[in-house]
Amino acid sequence: MTTPAEPYALPAEASVEVSAEEHQFNELIAADSRIEPRDWMPEAYRKTLVRQISQHANSEIIGMQPEANWITRAPSLKRKAILMAKVQDEAGHGLYLYSAAQTLGTSRDEMTDALIAGKARYSSIFNYPSPTWADMGAIGWLVDGAAICNQVPLCRASYGPYGRAMVRICKEESFHQRQGFEILLELMNGTPAQREMAQDAVNRWYWPALQMFGPPDNDSPNSAQSMAWNIKRFSNDELRQRFVGMCVPQAEVLGVTLPDPDLRYNEETKQYDMGEIDWTEFHEVLAGRGPANARRLQRRREAHEEGAWVREAAVAYARKQAVAATAVA
Amino acid sequence: MMSAPGTSEKEIWPLWEVFVRASRGISHTHVGSLHAPDATLAVRNARDLYTRRGEGVSVWVVPADAITTSDPDAKGAFFESPAGKNYRHASYYSKSEGVKHL
Repeated sequence: MTTPAEPYALPAEASVEVSAEEHQFNELIAADSRIEPRDWMPEAYRKTLVRQISQHANSEIIGMQPEANWITRAPSLKRKAILMAKVQDEAGHGLYLYSAAQTLGTSRDEMTDALIAGKARYSSIFNYPSPTWADMGAIGWLVDGAAICNQVPLCRASYGPYGRAMVRICKEESFHQRQGFEILLELMNGTPAQREMAQDAVNRWYWPALQMFGPPDNDSPNSAQSMAWNIKRFSNDELRQRFVGMCVPQAEVLGVTLPDPDLRYNEETKQYDMGEIDWTEFHEVLAGRGPANARRLQRRREAHEEGAWVREAAVAYARKQAVAATAVA
Repeated sequence: MMSAPGTSEKEIWPLWEVFVRASRGISHTHVGSLHAPDATLAVRNARDLYTRRGEGVSVWVVPADAITTSDPDAKGAFFESPAGKNYRHASYYSKSEGVKHL
């Protein structure tokens, strides 16, 4: 994302004395093996992972909000049950990821505090509102679709606990994308007003979904290092291109138009050429000036603060029970 | 010796490691961790977090700080080298080749 370039670079060839531990770390990475929690690792590797995994976890948790917005107004009992299962999955994904980050020495409480203090990031996509039911379809199809595209290669991330969490997440995420596609398909087979609603949602979510892959490669300072460490396997632009290639035929099945007049197949490159992405909007949203940033963060802060007494009471109860058990023994 | 990674005394709810038996006939396998105030809630949270799609028939939870692990830094010394000890494997014994049921 847009954090400043790490002040670290790959060690210059043979110019620095490499410790035995660092040598072992480099060997593991070169062999495409995995790094586990108690292994020695460069401080920058640890820092990069804590930042990336906690941002990812925060995104899952904040990502519950745009969809929770529709649980009470879902058009049928079946749709309500599906939406609740999906929002519950997002909570689960957040928890898997916080656990993975925690093995690097940063506690979940610290990560939560950073999020509600506005010091930690989450994906810019969740700062857009979800005003219509068709947004549930567009979020599932485009937002979860882009997330899956990003996440599948992360199953092979060099940090063991991160990769394992991603395997679990990817298995569950595929239902999310399909249910979103179905919502849109049903609307597109409906009345003119329903078709219009579906197209409007696609128009609003398409470009922000493309921004989810992060800035273009020539403006992504951390990418090269992350790829050298086998955390990232493909560049932002490669993944974005792959996603567009999958979206076009799916949009045809749906009968929706992707809102990019410059989108066309290039016979030479065998890929889709696409229009310019509005990176100013991306940076504005990341900087906190998106349509729903304040609302999302405030809701998260309230939920955390209003739940404080429950967390404290549960601990007090557990302590009391433990004391009683010792007294009996 | 040290406890499982991720434990922190600063947190309000302690960390638990979760093990799930996927089906009868196989052993419990580590699936991840979670936070809970006590054992009862840890089991419930484990059910909700790790078995939403019928992934298990039994769950174990263990306080992360109750687990003792080997020290990874002492890897070389702690785990004896298997080099030169291939006589611990059946494939080392080749003279019986061709003899049935051996």
